[in-house]
Amino acid sequence: MSLDTSTSRTVDRAGGERRTPSFVDNVTLIAGREITMRMRSKAFLISTGVLMLAVLASVLLGGILGSQSELPKVAVVGGATEVVAGNPALEAVPVADQDAAVQLLRDGDVEAIVAPAASEPLGIIVFGLESAPNSVVSALSVSPTVELLDPAAVDPMLAYFVAFGFGIVFLMSALTFGTTISQSVVEEKQTRVVEILLSTVSARALLTGKVIGNSVLAFGQILAIAVLAILGLMLTGQRVLLGGLGSSVVWFIVFFAIGFVMLAALFAASAALVSRAEDIGTVTTPVTMLVMIPYFLVIFFNDNPTVLAIMSYVPFSAPIGMPMRVFLGSAEWWEPFVSLAILLATAALAVVIGERIYRNSLLKTGARVPWGEALKG
Amino acid sequence: MLELHDVTKRYGERLALDHVSFTVGDGRLTGFVGGNGAGKTTTMRIVLGVLASDGGTVTLDGEALTSADRRRFGYMPEERGLYPKMRVLEQTVYLARLHGWSAAAAHRNALELLERLGLGERTNDTIESLSLGNQQRAQIAAALVHRPEVLVLDEPFSGLDPMAVETVQGVLADAAASGAPVLFSSHQLDIVERLCDDLVIIAGGRIAAAGSGDALRTEHGSERWELLTSGDAGWLRQQPGIRVADFDGGWAVFEAETDAARQAALAEAVARGDVISFTREHTTLAQIFKEVVL
Repeated sequence: MSLDTSTSRTVDRAGGERRTPSFVDNVTLIAGREITMRMRSKAFLISTGVLMLAVLASVLLGGILGSQSELPKVAVVGGATEVVAGNPALEAVPVADQDAAVQLLRDGDVEAIVAPAASEPLGIIVFGLESAPNSVVSALSVSPTVELLDPAAVDPMLAYFVAFGFGIVFLMSALTFGTTISQSVVEEKQTRVVEILLSTVSARALLTGKVIGNSVLAFGQILAIAVLAILGLMLTGQRVLLGGLGSSVVWFIVFFAIGFVMLAALFAASAALVSRAEDIGTVTTPVTMLVMIPYFLVIFFNDNPTVLAIMSYVPFSAPIGMPMRVFLGSAEWWEPFVSLAILLATAALAVVIGERIYRNSLLKTGARVPWGEALKG
Repeated sequence: MLELHDVTKRYGERLALDHVSFTVGDGRLTGFVGGNGAGKTTTMRIVLGVLASDGGTVTLDGEALTSADRRRFGYMPEERGLYPKMRVLEQTVYLARLHGWSAAAAHRNALELLERLGLGERTNDTIESLSLGNQQRAQIAAALVHRPEVLVLDEPFSGLDPMAVETVQGVLADAAASGAPVLFSSHQLDIVERLCDDLVIIAGGRIAAAGSGDALRTEHGSERWELLTSGDAGWLRQQPGIRVADFDGGWAVFEAETDAARQAALAEAVARGDVISFTREHTTLAQIFKEVVL
């Protein structure tokens, strides 16, 4: 059998239905398998559902709590109507007499009664039930105009929530899909299917397919969460928050995509060192730390410009740090691009090293492969 | 023709393969036998490119193997395993597609093969729900679904029930008949003996013997003769030039110093009465194996 006849034999037997698959063909197949199998896992579907519900619930809850600041109702007796009617912070409920007003107050239908009192300096008197109705009192009081010399660009409370939002979404996704990709790597080692795979495709195709498959899932999840959150915000009329978030969310998605690929490669490489699912936790701890530390930093230091500035350039925290600074308006226009370049370079390095470790460790079953050996090969 | 030339592999200090050379001819079923740790699995992994060798070459029809060539290999590793949660058909189709088959053709090949292997009813079951014997069959399907042109199978018969052994033998014979070089290892020497055209015996990382079954028998087989008569064969002991090795009533196994002595013994047996059979003793693979390995 010469090589020529072997080729023609292939054509005869396969009738053009077989060709040498390209790297991309194989990566597509591998990524497709990862996605299909994950979508079939009940645990994945349930956890995604729960996460979605939590996001929706928090948005809606925020909307409901926010809308509860509706105007306090006051019962207005007689001549006091003129005083209350022009007040934008109160809703007047005209009543016939003092007795009817008292009845409304006792029933809890109004927060206070405003009645005319000629002897008072303002010409009215406010009745409360058990304690002074402060909101009503302040609405009726005269306040001096306040002007701030150095107004904060962003409400610190809002900044905290945005930091928390970026942090938790990145943490959850990176941990969920980091664990998923680790399990997928170890499953192939543990079930020994990896030897058949390696006799068919390269370790690089296998790793790339896994990283892409899981990145698509993670990205899809993030996108679904984002759409859900935006829909929720729109439905509850919280457009103000949405407008301010715009560009920082776009940066977050870009940084997230690249940062996730970097983490996925590191998770896969770490997991390839062990052969049993039970050992995944131990061996991926260093990578898990790289994911958790930025989360806590942004929670505690979102009001500290120096820490945020450093975070926005360190590749592992940049996906949270840089969008945060964009949101706060403390980043120059070119800063996200520089940080992105650093992240890209680090991600490329992580993929190269990760592939090496992965390739060298896949067939070494049994005891944990030492890092040195995995790097050397 | 698949050819290994001086393939060497070290694991640290230990020399696992020491200049291993042998050929697997087109259309030849070649049995690869050796004790545990003799180097069978290491050799097969190197042929498949799953493991790198420290020296030597593996060629197909005289050309160094490329990864594109290896795509056309069918491989069944010693360490069995498939995705436990994937369905039988789905998994078989997936592997065929990784080898470059179109989705439709992969599907057709897979169904046909699974049917033949007796898994036609189980195509939609997950691998983990199959019995061990059926998992082995699925494994064989995984090695064959892309219609490989070279087969390398590590212990394909271990764990199979007799019916499955029969099926797999048929599948391997077909592959060889279509012109594919087939190399398989086995501990079950009787199967290897029955099935193989050629044999490769490895011991301690070295090839102890290689060649066709007949050639090995001629080279390493005994020069013994087996006589079965209806009467008592005790007289053979007195026959000149004959040394009786084994004896029981009318049956005897003996060695003859010369062809003339053997002829004389046969003539004597015919003269004394009813000769049921007179044959050269059949040398089993187990005997050859013992002789070359020990």
